Amino acid sequence: MIEAIAELVADHPLFRGLPADVAELVAGCARNEAFATDELLIAEGAPAEKFHLLRRGRVALEIRKPGSGQLVVETLGPDELLGLSWLFGSKRWHTDARALEPVGTVAVDAECLLRKAEADPVFGYALMKRVAPVMLSRLQATRLRLLDLYGHGADNS
Amino acid sequence: MAPTTADGAVATADGRADGTSLWPLPYRVAWRRRETADVVTVALEPVGAAAAPYRAGQFHMLTAFGVGEVAISVSGTPGTPGPIEHTIRDVGAVSHALGHAPVGALLGLRGPFGTDWGVDDLADRDVLVIAGGIGLAPLRGAIHQLSQRRGTGSLTVLVGARDPDQLVFTADMEQWRARGATVLCTVDAAAPGWRGEVGIVTTLLTRLALAPERTVALLCGPEVMMRFAAADLVDLGLHPDRIRVSLERNMQCGAGICGHCQLGPLLLCRDGPVLPYGGTVAALLGQQER
Amino acid sequence: MAEARAVLLGTDGIERLVGLLAGRGYRTLGPVVADGAIVPGPVNSSADLPRGVHDDQSPGSYRLSRDDDPSLFAWAVGPRSWKAELFPPGAVVFRTSGTGSEVQVVPVLDDAAPVAFVGARPCELAALGILDRVLGASEHPDPLYSARRAAAFVAVVECARPAPTCFCTSMGTGPAAGAGFDLALTELVGDGGHRFIARAGSSVGDSVLAELGGRPVPPAAWDERAELLERSEAAMSRRLDTDGLAALLARNLEHPRWDDVAERCLSCGNCTLVCPTCFCSALDDVSDLSGATERRRRWDSCFDLGYSEVHGGPVRSSTRSRYRQWATHKLSTWFDQFQTAGCVGCGRCITWCPVGIDITEEAAAIRASDGETVRKDGQA
Repeated sequence: MIEAIAELVADHPLFRGLPADVAELVAGCARNEAFATDELLIAEGAPAEKFHLLRRGRVALEIRKPGSGQLVVETLGPDELLGLSWLFGSKRWHTDARALEPVGTVAVDAECLLRKAEADPVFGYALMKRVAPVMLSRLQATRLRLLDLYGHGADNS
Repeated sequence: MAPTTADGAVATADGRADGTSLWPLPYRVAWRRRETADVVTVALEPVGAAAAPYRAGQFHMLTAFGVGEVAISVSGTPGTPGPIEHTIRDVGAVSHALGHAPVGALLGLRGPFGTDWGVDDLADRDVLVIAGGIGLAPLRGAIHQLSQRRGTGSLTVLVGARDPDQLVFTADMEQWRARGATVLCTVDAAAPGWRGEVGIVTTLLTRLALAPERTVALLCGPEVMMRFAAADLVDLGLHPDRIRVSLERNMQCGAGICGHCQLGPLLLCRDGPVLPYGGTVAALLGQQER
Repeated sequence: MAEARAVLLGTDGIERLVGLLAGRGYRTLGPVVADGAIVPGPVNSSADLPRGVHDDQSPGSYRLSRDDDPSLFAWAVGPRSWKAELFPPGAVVFRTSGTGSEVQVVPVLDDAAPVAFVGARPCELAALGILDRVLGASEHPDPLYSARRAAAFVAVVECARPAPTCFCTSMGTGPAAGAGFDLALTELVGDGGHRFIARAGSSVGDSVLAELGGRPVPPAAWDERAELLERSEAAMSRRLDTDGLAALLARNLEHPRWDDVAERCLSCGNCTLVCPTCFCSALDDVSDLSGATERRRRWDSCFDLGYSEVHGGPVRSSTRSRYRQWATHKLSTWFDQFQTAGCVGCGRCITWCPVGIDITEEAAAIRASDGETVRKDGQA
């Protein structure tokens, strides 16, 4: 079972190319999960105990907005990382994540992984080098959306 | 003295326009179609003499008489018989008047002006189209043509919009998909029930299996979007010269003689609007003009 | 020198020229004194010309003075270039009648008589050559300019008294007249008396010269002309170093000098109004209560905030960016767009700038510290 999970981990873009022993360290904290359409993978305010390597299906990140109900602020799909709040800070989820269709993930136990990272700084640094770029690209994409490009942008008027 | 050039190309002796001089040709609104709350497609047919045929990506100067004139890219497909389609977003007095002209009303048309997408060279290329907002309008004719080409290239269309209600040409998208194109839409935010993507259009690039060496990208939308999309495409291995962008400045004459649409060394109504991103354009878009 | 196409005229030759041009149906314009300046105006006789009037120019200053000099053309350039006659500051492009589905477009045709310029300067002739490329050689040429220009007669007068603001020698446009004119005149006031050398530069000029009469130009007159031009060149104290200038400015768009000049520039647009090559125009539609409309074209200026307006606001909102646009267009991007410089060295923009900004000085300052950039805060 661990071996099969290790392969899934090593095959996911987040960990692709890392040495096999690193993938196995991650796999030791991971298991397969499946979600039905509309099921919540994570819930706003809940402890950020695990994150998901998305394998199939798409997920919507939602924030509740009084008067508007739920607002989808981002969608994620296969090969992407769902969940960053497990790394630092309050370790609580900031959004809901809802399955838009049947979703399959490799769920990774955050506490288990962070314990291994603390014990093995080489592994910890390798982990950071994979997660940090995801955070950076999400931040940059968010900044672009802050511009409200299509709302008042100069396009073909 | 009749205002003619030496070869008589500008106007006939009695001053009738041929549509490329400063005098517009009268065109009648044949039909209108509302695309979104503030976007309308207006189809125009000539009352008398017709303007020269257009190529996908070129623009016309459209006049609402007594109100003014603006540059509007053709959103129709070259070679299609019948009225010429222009898709207009209501952003000012002139575009408001154009978009609200009733069927039967007369508008003025000059052109076509400027450069085009060059779809004829793309038969065997993979073509990646990235459009933001109403930027899909100047690309629509090119996408129609590309989706029907005989060749080995694939066609991928990425569309970004503010929210699902702002997406234009959704019926066309079904047609493009039916012809084998991949069409992905993403919005800045959406209510649940939206089954497309939420996020900036450039994030969709990471989900594509791009073959950079055989891909040509066509970009039209807000300049910031094109700048970041082009930079991402270069990171993914596309040669900057194979990224074509459609640029906008204040266009008034269409003929390169009024000066308003300057972008450094370029007169965009004459040298653009469609330009390769490589070299000059990449540098110009990186500069602070303000 | 094609001496067969040159004659020596007495002062009565100018009178004959004016009459001859009127006889040929031209509306003749020449330098006249109006509102304290020498500007193009109707000339019916040589008495209308500014005999003994001189212009004293410096950055931000222009004054006329008079003395008993018999010269008609002993001045440099005034605030109004000849451009305005071929490319009017305002013109109606078309009118419409009717409304709704019954609109009729009626192009407005130019019915002005052909114009003759007597007393344009070589730098102004060069400016017309630039406008010919911009407005006349476009794929869609300006109909009004093209028609007026094709019919115009240009008698240029070589410069005997350049202003301190002139730098035509740097731009290769003066003080001598090379080509492109119908007639070139050189006013001589030496020991031989008050005479003019007249040279023909076109077939129309040939026929006018033939009708003018005059006598063969003696070698002494040619010598006097050569000395005059030599003196004019020597008097040209202002310089613009054009060596690699287009590239220099193109690579210095973030030079601190642009901030420096922006502190002085009022963004008033005077320089663009007096410039003989500035060609920018705007189109405005107006209507009256009957529903009749017209489209008007007017000169526009890149110093106007609305000039670069796109949906969302002006592209160039700061004075810095607008001065930079103007100066780099004249000396750099004009080459990319029209394969020629946009400046002829007439110095008007220096004289008529209310704060005396000098484009040659700005260019020199950038050359002196090529590559310097404004410190920018680091970007996150």
